[in-house]
Amino acid sequence: MEGGVKLKTELAVIGAGPAGLCAAIEAAKNGVDVTVFDENKKPGGQLFKQIHRFFGSEEHLAGTRGFEIGNMLLDDAKKYGVKVMLDNVVWGLFPDLKIGISDEEKVSIVEAQKVVVATGAIENSLSFPGWTLPNIMGAGAAQTMINVNMVLPGKRVITVGSGNVGLIVSYQLMQAGAEVVAIVEALDHVGGYMVHAAKVARMGTKILLNHTITKALGDKFVEKVEVGKIDKDFNVVKGSEQLYDVDLVCIAVGLRPLSELCWMSGMKFDYLPEMGGFIPVHDNNMKSNVPGIYIAGDVTGIEEASTAMEEGKVAGIAISQALGKIDNKKGLILLNEARERLGTLRLGPFGDFRHAAKEKIIRKYYSY
Amino acid sequence: MFDKKYIDKLRKSSGWPSDERLNQGPVAVIECIEEIPCNPCETVCPKNSITVGNPITNLPKFHDICTGCGKCLVVCPGLAVFMIDRTYSETEASITIPYELIPLPNKGDIVIALNRMGETVCKGKVLKINSNKNYNKTNLVTISIPKKYSDEVRFFKLEK
Repeated sequence: MEGGVKLKTELAVIGAGPAGLCAAIEAAKNGVDVTVFDENKKPGGQLFKQIHRFFGSEEHLAGTRGFEIGNMLLDDAKKYGVKVMLDNVVWGLFPDLKIGISDEEKVSIVEAQKVVVATGAIENSLSFPGWTLPNIMGAGAAQTMINVNMVLPGKRVITVGSGNVGLIVSYQLMQAGAEVVAIVEALDHVGGYMVHAAKVARMGTKILLNHTITKALGDKFVEKVEVGKIDKDFNVVKGSEQLYDVDLVCIAVGLRPLSELCWMSGMKFDYLPEMGGFIPVHDNNMKSNVPGIYIAGDVTGIEEASTAMEEGKVAGIAISQALGKIDNKKGLILLNEARERLGTLRLGPFGDFRHAAKEKIIRKYYSY
Repeated sequence: MFDKKYIDKLRKSSGWPSDERLNQGPVAVIECIEEIPCNPCETVCPKNSITVGNPITNLPKFHDICTGCGKCLVVCPGLAVFMIDRTYSETEASITIPYELIPLPNKGDIVIALNRMGETVCKGKVLKINSNKNYNKTNLVTISIPKKYSDEVRFFKLEK
């Protein structure tokens, strides 16, 4: 790569969400010179729209609201001298550890000794007749509007998808003053935690299992949606369709890794539908198969903010070790602690499959 | 989904106090029957009346030595702990609900008591609103309801 302004940093972190910030903080703590790049105007990724309390144990900051954890991370980043460059789109990541960034005025090239890709995830969409009508949006978009921008996008809502995102955003829409008429779920069971489902159910939201949205109607924006029952082959049962008056439809049908930079840099992938699709492989230090490039958070498989933070810490510690900032013995102790905290978050019926998937990803890393 | 069968499951779960303890006064009732990695209820309890232990996906086990302080109601990320006082009066029980909506009701208000499916069960009367600053916006609202509904009512809405 030639031309443009050249910047140098020991560690470049792409993405200022929970994974990226934690990687940056851990590395900076050990004396690594760290710069974080993010295309948004504010750091924190999705943390600042999470107004609910997080699960886990004390060491995972359980019982603390997501945005408060965001504030803690920003304080720590400042304390340890992490540089955060906002409003910078990272458009390129090259195998020689050069990164292409641009802000509104210029294009620059960053030269780093190590890189962490922590670009997170993107929401899946769902197409049905009328799906392009305004006010049919990703649940994450609705959550940003209510919790970050303080704008209520609709008053009568149907949510599609009963995973934790669908359940939590439905609850938060009600906190913001909307009525969530129903949550529509194609499967025969709730996808997310029962306790989240219980919260919205007792507030009057119907959870319609084995149902799907069949079409949306409206002139300038969505005014009605048709919801139908589906049989075991996922076909709509004729005559079961019902119309609901709504002015907002939230689509919460899963996420997938935002992995363009990983592809571009030459990383190897594995296909794991349970983790969101194509996942870049990594070892248990979160090191990808491109020398010097580490990955952490949802880009390495869809999980949650708590796991993203721990993965970020693992990457930050491993990088400190690789750069000779901490000795191997101290590094190993810190790594094992972080891996143990990660393991704890991947227990139980909602965690076992993620634990197994991660093992598979690590095995795949060594097979290349 | 949150019907009678579900309530039976809750009653048999390890987070449910004994009938003996329920009849003695205010006590926490934990409605958490999925193995999720979470244990703030255990950490916060000053009496060690809740055990999750290791692994933290264990269901919370309730030990009946609860003083009814309400700390677990506030800290539970699932808002899955309630406080029931079957001894509130001769005919009425009180239930304390973690409540994160605005506007808050006023003491003395008559509200519509709802079951776990959001259906109207009866009228309730607001006895107390605890918005302690340390509770960090999870308010504890206590309402009185006819005693026979103490296992059924889990939410309320304001009368329009």
